[in-house]
Amino acid sequence: MPKDDGIGASVKRREDTRFLTGNGKYTDDINLRGQTYVHFLRSDIAHGRIKGIDSSAAEAMDGVLKVFTAADFDSAGGIPCGWQVTDKHGQPMQEPKHPILAEGKVRHVGDPICAVVAETYAQARDAAEAIEVDIEELDPVVDMKAALADGAPLVHDDLTSNLCYDWGFVEENKDAVNAAFDSAAHVVSLELTNNRLVANPMEPRVAVGDYDPWGDNHTLYTTSQNPHVIRLLMGAFVLNIPEHKLRVVAPDVGGGFGSKIYHYAEEAFCTYAAKVLKRPVKWTSSRSEAFISDAHGRDHKTKIELALDADHNFTALRTETYANMGAYLSTFAPSIPTWLHGTLMAGNYKTPLIYVNVKAVFTNTVPVDAYRGAGRPEATFQLERLVDKAARELGVDPIELRRQNFIKPEEFPYQTPVAVVYDTGNYHATMDKMLELADYAGFEARRAESAKNGKLRGFGIAHYIEACGIAPSNLVGQLGARAGLYESASVRVNATGSISVYTGSHSHGQGHETTFAQVVADMIGVDANSIEIHHGDTSNTPMGMGTYGSRSLAVGGSAIVKATNKIIDKAKKIAAHLLEAAPEDIELKDGKFSVAGTDKSVDWSGVTLAAYVPHNYPLEELEPGLEETAFYDPSNFTYPSGAYGCEIELDPDTGKIDILRFIAADDFGNIVNPMIVEGQVHGGLAQGIGQALLENCVYDDQGQLLSGSYMDYTMPRADDMRGFTVDHSCVTPCTHNPLGVKGCGEAGAIGSPPAVVNAAIDALHRAGHTQITHIDMPLTPSRVWAAMQG
Amino acid sequence: MYNFDFVKPGSVADAVAVLADDDAQPLSGGQTLIPSMKARLNAPGTLVSLTGIPDLVGVCRESDTLVIGAATTHAQVARDAAGDFPGLAALAGQIGDPAVRNRGTIGGSLANNDPSACYPAAALGTGATIVTDRREIGADDYFQGMFATALEEGEIITSVRFPIPQASAYAKFVQPASRFALTAAFVARYASGVRVAITGASENGVFRWAEAEAALSSNFSADALASLGCSPHEMIADLHGTAAYRAHLVGVMTRRAVTAAG
Repeated sequence: MPKDDGIGASVKRREDTRFLTGNGKYTDDINLRGQTYVHFLRSDIAHGRIKGIDSSAAEAMDGVLKVFTAADFDSAGGIPCGWQVTDKHGQPMQEPKHPILAEGKVRHVGDPICAVVAETYAQARDAAEAIEVDIEELDPVVDMKAALADGAPLVHDDLTSNLCYDWGFVEENKDAVNAAFDSAAHVVSLELTNNRLVANPMEPRVAVGDYDPWGDNHTLYTTSQNPHVIRLLMGAFVLNIPEHKLRVVAPDVGGGFGSKIYHYAEEAFCTYAAKVLKRPVKWTSSRSEAFISDAHGRDHKTKIELALDADHNFTALRTETYANMGAYLSTFAPSIPTWLHGTLMAGNYKTPLIYVNVKAVFTNTVPVDAYRGAGRPEATFQLERLVDKAARELGVDPIELRRQNFIKPEEFPYQTPVAVVYDTGNYHATMDKMLELADYAGFEARRAESAKNGKLRGFGIAHYIEACGIAPSNLVGQLGARAGLYESASVRVNATGSISVYTGSHSHGQGHETTFAQVVADMIGVDANSIEIHHGDTSNTPMGMGTYGSRSLAVGGSAIVKATNKIIDKAKKIAAHLLEAAPEDIELKDGKFSVAGTDKSVDWSGVTLAAYVPHNYPLEELEPGLEETAFYDPSNFTYPSGAYGCEIELDPDTGKIDILRFIAADDFGNIVNPMIVEGQVHGGLAQGIGQALLENCVYDDQGQLLSGSYMDYTMPRADDMRGFTVDHSCVTPCTHNPLGVKGCGEAGAIGSPPAVVNAAIDALHRAGHTQITHIDMPLTPSRVWAAMQG
Repeated sequence: MYNFDFVKPGSVADAVAVLADDDAQPLSGGQTLIPSMKARLNAPGTLVSLTGIPDLVGVCRESDTLVIGAATTHAQVARDAAGDFPGLAALAGQIGDPAVRNRGTIGGSLANNDPSACYPAAALGTGATIVTDRREIGADDYFQGMFATALEEGEIITSVRFPIPQASAYAKFVQPASRFALTAAFVARYASGVRVAITGASENGVFRWAEAEAALSSNFSADALASLGCSPHEMIADLHGTAAYRAHLVGVMTRRAVTAAG
């Protein structure tokens, strides 16, 4: 049994008290003396040439301080991209400038043209309406394949085409893969779309820039998942502000799901304008603005093919994907369809030969970047849809086809043909667990019951693998990352024994303040309430790389473990002095140091007090104080996996799908807080089911966003979901981090979309609609009904 | 939102007087007007609230007619009409969410005549009478296409008079994002015959499905509709459904409404 508040205990989230009572402190709650407000005048067309801007009337209006245009940023850099992908010919990707305000052209609906700063937000917005922008409309490119056609309009005039890169992975394997297809007994193929999504965190983005002219100090308060990364990118590449003169604070943040990883133009604007105006400048996004300025997710079009031998062993896999970059390269955009997607194409299977081709394309749409799962949902969706289709075409059980091709438990560590090495896993166990929890044996009886009511029941399966805990810095450096991906922690033990932990892992819904305290409490044996977790402020936390890719516990947590071990080592030396024993004889248990084999002991606070009041202390050997910092760089990704089962009922009259049961049997390695893990899986499932059935970001052929509000963009709601059955009892601990943890934040969003779609196809096939081999997400009633009409 | 003046008169006469100003607009529950003002798509100089006029609020039965004050909220209709006209109460209870139902009003919905709104189906499906500050308008004359009604400038709906049917039901298939009607049918059976009104489907707004009315008037059962199809001509096509899909749903929802009405 875990201790009440140690590792393995379902401790209630301590941060929830302030969140649920409305007392969280978010960026929009920050109001500084003398604060001004900015409103961005954004393009309402997708593509156009700016011929002139007349802001004279606006500048004369009440309360207006200044109207900024691109000309005000001549000395600033563009918003940088954090990852450079090399194409299949060894050439770097095409990387256009991403200006803070539009330079010469607007490239998507929502592209900011001018920024009006005024005494009040209403004044800024009124003045923006008085600005006259003379724009020559240009033909937009919206469809990816059309964007690559000869003669297509160029999103960026200084690039040779709209192709960002054409990536082959592993390019050297291509001929062998093709040869395997030529000699295959069976080839199964599928073309599909991974629908574009809008992240829609509950809290829209906000930025407040502040400047102290006397100290030449800049402060940016922002809704970010990684304030240190913003400080690095904005300071070094955009505004030329050294780190010691730039503080970035991300206080309570109301969800991110990836969309708050990136450095956005509005952050740089507020920081810069605060210096120009010598007044704080605040921007609060409206929900409408979020739809056209937050980075979108997904948006892949893929053809995937699987070769099998006569015994149904997978022999080769090849894919061709078009990935939408939007109009500019967002911070991590190029890495998502490549290194976070191609490296996962082996899935859970022993496919010896794999070739992945990805063409990244610029279009006149909002930039696309990571969204919960980031590349891994796209990989899992196409693979698990295809395996299901293969089973159907070959007339075999989809569960058995998977089991036959699974990597077996004794085959780990397993080197895939797409670079990564899976350290552990037991896919047979998670599959068995899911089927048991789903009462799969009883499905046929339930289906018959549905049929009596005129409903079509189906059961869908998906088994996913993901790579979390990004990532070994030397590896990602070779792959084009322009940053390291370690994490840091400082543990400061105070004189009376209470502990302040400073982590680079930002928390915006993950519950770090609770789980990280559990880890430290467990290691030392003190009450978790004596531990406080600090994050989100570059002025008091060590360099951090932030929270995304389910990396917080695996990487950030490991850094905390490392720093805490240093604390324990030093504390044992102090205890040894106090107890007049050798340090190697000191044992720490339940917050008490004792000499092995004796009843001599000193408690935790006795040691910590001695560290700060060193009257009886080995000063000649040991510095006073008890504070340690550690950086942890992972040696591999972690590889959570799981089996997802989805049971649906489909109304043939309307095409509407109801999810009746959803079972997630995950292997997350060791678990620190089961309740938080369960909540993370629930959230991921809601977003994955949302993608499968509800959410769709749609542009028309003129680049106008048709789904630009909640009137048309279907956010999942509580009544769209029934209960979930979530299990994490199958555990193969990660072999290379100290906690044996893998990460759980994205799993639900990765595994669920193919399970849902497979269930729908299963229901339709069982009802005789065997002509339907695929329906693109979201499976809206209208789409399902149309497919049934043939 | 732009600045505006706000007045809250206590009588219909006072409201009408203020609304004589071209720059004034009536505000009932504000569930459509306020969002459009926030988006700066609508900018009245004066908002005239109708929710402070006691005469405009309430549900009351007068013989075979249920009279509902124009400023009565959906929530109140869902509650107070349940005994006399359960089909209408059920419709009101399906509009939006609790916040919408506690602000939105029947008069506001009918004056706006959104092609996907619920109340127009009930009004047209019962042949209700729309009572205004100056006249009475039969539902068949009142609805004149998408967002278009017989109301004149400055004319205020004061109440709606619903003939209470022998049986009725509303079957709604929701547009998943907005939860407005993607297509919905209101069916009401009277001694004189059956009325069927469809909302959400047509580019011309709410309409009566004459063929279904004829079939149901002679045989009030879902089977009577089995061979009837509705043409996709002039049906709405958008992200959420094609014209053919909506035409199909007209049949499905009407059959379901008939079955529910019993």
